[in-house]
Amino acid sequence: MNSRQILMTAAFLFLFAAFGTALVAFTFDNTHERIAANERAALLRNLHVLIPPDTHDNDIFNDIIEVTNADLLGTSEPVAVYRARQQGWPVAAVLTVIAPDGYSGAIKLLVGINLDGTLAGVRVVSHHETPGLGDAIDAQRSNWILGFTGRSLHDPVLKKWAVKRDGGDFDQFTGATITPRAVVKAVKKALIYFERNSQRLFAPDSTRTTPLPANNAQTTEPAHE
Amino acid sequence: MSETSYSDITRDGLWSNNPALVQLLGLCPLLAVTANAVNGLSMGLATCLAITASNVSVSLIRGIVRPEVRIPVFVLVIASIVTVIELTMNAYLHDLYLVLGIFIPLIVTNCNLIGRAEAFASKNPPRRAFVDGLSMGVGFMLVLTLLGGMRELIGQGTLFSQAHLLFGEAARDWILQIIPEYRGFLLAILPPGAFIGLGLIIAMKNIIDARLQRRAQAVPMGEPVAVSG
Repeated sequence: MNSRQILMTAAFLFLFAAFGTALVAFTFDNTHERIAANERAALLRNLHVLIPPDTHDNDIFNDIIEVTNADLLGTSEPVAVYRARQQGWPVAAVLTVIAPDGYSGAIKLLVGINLDGTLAGVRVVSHHETPGLGDAIDAQRSNWILGFTGRSLHDPVLKKWAVKRDGGDFDQFTGATITPRAVVKAVKKALIYFERNSQRLFAPDSTRTTPLPANNAQTTEPAHE
Repeated sequence: MSETSYSDITRDGLWSNNPALVQLLGLCPLLAVTANAVNGLSMGLATCLAITASNVSVSLIRGIVRPEVRIPVFVLVIASIVTVIELTMNAYLHDLYLVLGIFIPLIVTNCNLIGRAEAFASKNPPRRAFVDGLSMGVGFMLVLTLLGGMRELIGQGTLFSQAHLLFGEAARDWILQIIPEYRGFLLAILPPGAFIGLGLIIAMKNIIDARLQRRAQAVPMGEPVAVSG
């Protein structure tokens, strides 16, 4: 193969790469809006399951505050909190917390909490738990996760916030204790976080991304700012 | 090579050289996503589409690709096609895409595709390459659906659950509760169930092949039967 042939071949390969890239770029261009809309719709569907659309009048999807609390929210990354308001008054918040200690890694949860501290509901967004065992936390697989609805830090009392094997109030699954244990713990911590920070969570400034204080109880608005 | 008839090409893909049962290629999605029939069917459809499109494309350019660079070119063709399929699925079958997840982009690494490109499409005109890709794809899809159906039936006692992910909301109640009050048999749904199930299907195929062969020998005047190598 002489150098001219080599150049021709390289040019040919380049043309193919360019053509392939163009094809993918064209498809991406035609689908990315729809994909983003799909993801948004999927999240909205989940949010609306927890907080029905008729309970609030704000755009819950865009009324977001980002907060950080590695201990209570399960991740050191900022966590999005979606806020529902009716005529400007706080109604409920949905915390996107993580249960870091699932059987096969992190379990992403949506925890909806009403202003009075009761649970509007809990849903699993993504998980890698064992099919047929741990995946019963998924609302499509079993009703277990619905059992959180209406509960609060006083129902049951704090030390009963555990699976039955640990002396708590919540069922575990046959053959799978670790998964429900992780979810119960994450929901309990989310409730504690909400109780300590609810006033700040509903602060009108939705662009705030600074971390909230970790362990102060019932913070009030600072007098001077 | 070019003398193989269309019916031979079809029979090769569907039965005597079936990618999943004889060549045992592309087992990663075969074992990973076949926990139910609809997942198997969807994965099979995506793979079938990809292999048919890549076969036709490779066949169209077979005259101008220098042999030294054919493999990178094939990989480029396959990767582009699969990415287009992935993006399209994400846009129009979003929930299904979420279920199949990483295994859609991983079709790129399915050795069936590069195998058919190299062994068949690069040496045959587009129409024959199309039939070959379609047969191999359908053969693969049928095994995926069968295995998914077996595992779903034994594992949770149903068939066609979650059909709405592929066929739209109207299909939500296609689910058949074959065994009522079934407690579930976990092994079938877990990965070992896929290996055992595939083993059973291959054994079944071999038994049928052996029967056909015996019958062909007993009746010399009967149809000649192709025997896989």
